[in-house]
Amino acid sequence: MATVNLSQVVKRYGKLEVVHGIDLDIAHEEFVVLVGPSGCGKSTTLRMIAGLEEISGGEIRIGDRMVNELPPRARNVSMVFQNYALYPHMSVRENLGFSLKIAKQPASTIDERVAEAADILGLSDLMDRTPAQLSGGQRQRVAMGRAIVRHPDVFLFDEPLSNLDAKLRVQMRTEIKRLHQKVRTTVVYVTHDQVEAMTLADRIVIMRDGYIEQVGSPLELFERPANTFVAGFIGSPPMNQVRARIAAKDGGPVVSITDSLDLPVPGRLRDQVRADQDVVLGFRAEDLMPEGHELKTDGALMRFKQTVSIAEPLGTETLLFTEFGQQEVLSKMFNPRPVAEGEEIGFALNIDRLHLFDAASGRSLEG
Amino acid sequence: MRPKTRLRRTLVWLGTLFVMAAICLPGAWVVFSAFRPNREILARPAIWWPEQFGLGNFMRMFGIGGEQIAIPVGSYFMNSLIIALTSTFVAVFIGMAGGYAFARFRFRGKNAIFLGLMLSRAVPGIALSLPLFMVWSRLGLIDTPLGLIIVYVAMNVPFTVWLTDGFFRQVPVEMSEAAQIDGCTRWQAFWRVEFPLARAGIASAGIFAFLISWNEYALASVLTRSTDSRTLPVGLMDFSAQFTIDWAGMCAMAVLIIIPALILTFIVQKHLIAGLTFGGVKG
Repeated sequence: MATVNLSQVVKRYGKLEVVHGIDLDIAHEEFVVLVGPSGCGKSTTLRMIAGLEEISGGEIRIGDRMVNELPPRARNVSMVFQNYALYPHMSVRENLGFSLKIAKQPASTIDERVAEAADILGLSDLMDRTPAQLSGGQRQRVAMGRAIVRHPDVFLFDEPLSNLDAKLRVQMRTEIKRLHQKVRTTVVYVTHDQVEAMTLADRIVIMRDGYIEQVGSPLELFERPANTFVAGFIGSPPMNQVRARIAAKDGGPVVSITDSLDLPVPGRLRDQVRADQDVVLGFRAEDLMPEGHELKTDGALMRFKQTVSIAEPLGTETLLFTEFGQQEVLSKMFNPRPVAEGEEIGFALNIDRLHLFDAASGRSLEG
Repeated sequence: MRPKTRLRRTLVWLGTLFVMAAICLPGAWVVFSAFRPNREILARPAIWWPEQFGLGNFMRMFGIGGEQIAIPVGSYFMNSLIIALTSTFVAVFIGMAGGYAFARFRFRGKNAIFLGLMLSRAVPGIALSLPLFMVWSRLGLIDTPLGLIIVYVAMNVPFTVWLTDGFFRQVPVEMSEAAQIDGCTRWQAFWRVEFPLARAGIASAGIFAFLISWNEYALASVLTRSTDSRTLPVGLMDFSAQFTIDWAGMCAMAVLIIIPALILTFIVQKHLIAGLTFGGVKG
């Protein structure tokens, strides 16, 4: 059983604290992605799990062992680095077998395990090449092969795809997912790319400035972001966010965006708001639907007309830019038709899927 | 276009020839003179192309045949070899450790120490000869190989530290981290991964340190007296007597000094070239 438990883990460089006492429990065989903008402490956290950075406070456990003081070699983890960090003076075969050789495994075991890893990753024809003779994707695969030959308790990935071009990145992403299905092992994966996080993770951990903002499955984070940061980070395009104010009207509270644009507060949030509260209204681009291109929904729709300032055709959908009281918002038009700049279009907004965040704290008003 | 290109090529070749001649002629003259009798070297008007050519000078030096020079070339050679090799080995080892530390670790006063090391190279060695002589004589290190070895190690360490630092910097720190995760101790990670990758730089440092120790004259002339420690470059001066200089013998010995340096350079050459360009990218 290789669970990973972080409790109150702190990292300080001198007086500067970069990770502020985070708690995280990772289950056996779970694929957890740490995601966040650069400098959020995600790589530092990963390196603390690996043993490459000292832990300034708190406790890290792998399985039932406390590993705070253990050197990397004693933790039985393996790691794939952003720049692959293959040993340039060794062949692919030697790279793969290095850890077993260091562990003084018999040659027959090494050959067997190396062949097995090469087979899983399709490296069998490249065994005698040196890293310099490999393409980016092949190097990436060798780096993963080097990680799996050891049968480690935990795989650690540190932005493994960020050195690859866009097309290869998508391809390798799928390979990583397939690899995880084949060799069921606990994975901690660091990336700044929310698409990678969404596609790979069983659970996503969103970090910012050394704090964990939210932990949850990809769909949980997408459907119920805990704050404006998560809302703006997850999803492509990010959630529309519009400053607004709660006003009490006869029919119940409304979200007042401008003098002429009021939206009813969704039923589930009626009890959470108070009059004159400054809020941030959030909604996904796909919930602001151009007339004639609506998705099927049970939600209450509110209809109004808006002028489109920019249209970005993406093929399966077109992104429409419009303004809510001088704040730009995006709408997704599925099965798109050509839209002209400045065209006035009717929109239907799905009221039940509106999100409200407190303007001061940024926290979601969901109970 | 064509005649112009040809003219330019010719000019480039002529220029190259001139520069090469300026560099090589003195050396060639020494080598030629090593095989000619003194009489011919000193002739007026000069005899440009050797008329008598032979191994006489070398035979005299090694005491073969009737004529002999009373200069203990063998002892000098052994002294030079022991002193140069030992000091090179020590300087490279210290340089490797120091260079690794500068490349990998952050510590208090790092930049100041590095700058201090570099500045120590700015002091001309000869300026230290008198104080060095006084200290060494108190310590009983005058005219001992150990005395010279210490001096040469001190001379070479800043250079070897600087050179290996540059090479270790180019080995990504992830190499060592990957090796540690793969099960190495830091020490194993160094010898199995980082050292092989920086080997070119370490070889370069070695050859430079060796050449500097092997050719050094000024301090050796002050700190050595007898066959106990006198090195080949200082030994050259034995050929100058009060009124005469045995140019032929001196040139023959100069050739002897050049040969080991040349052999070593050839052996390490491949590393040296790969090393210098490799190291030169991110100076």
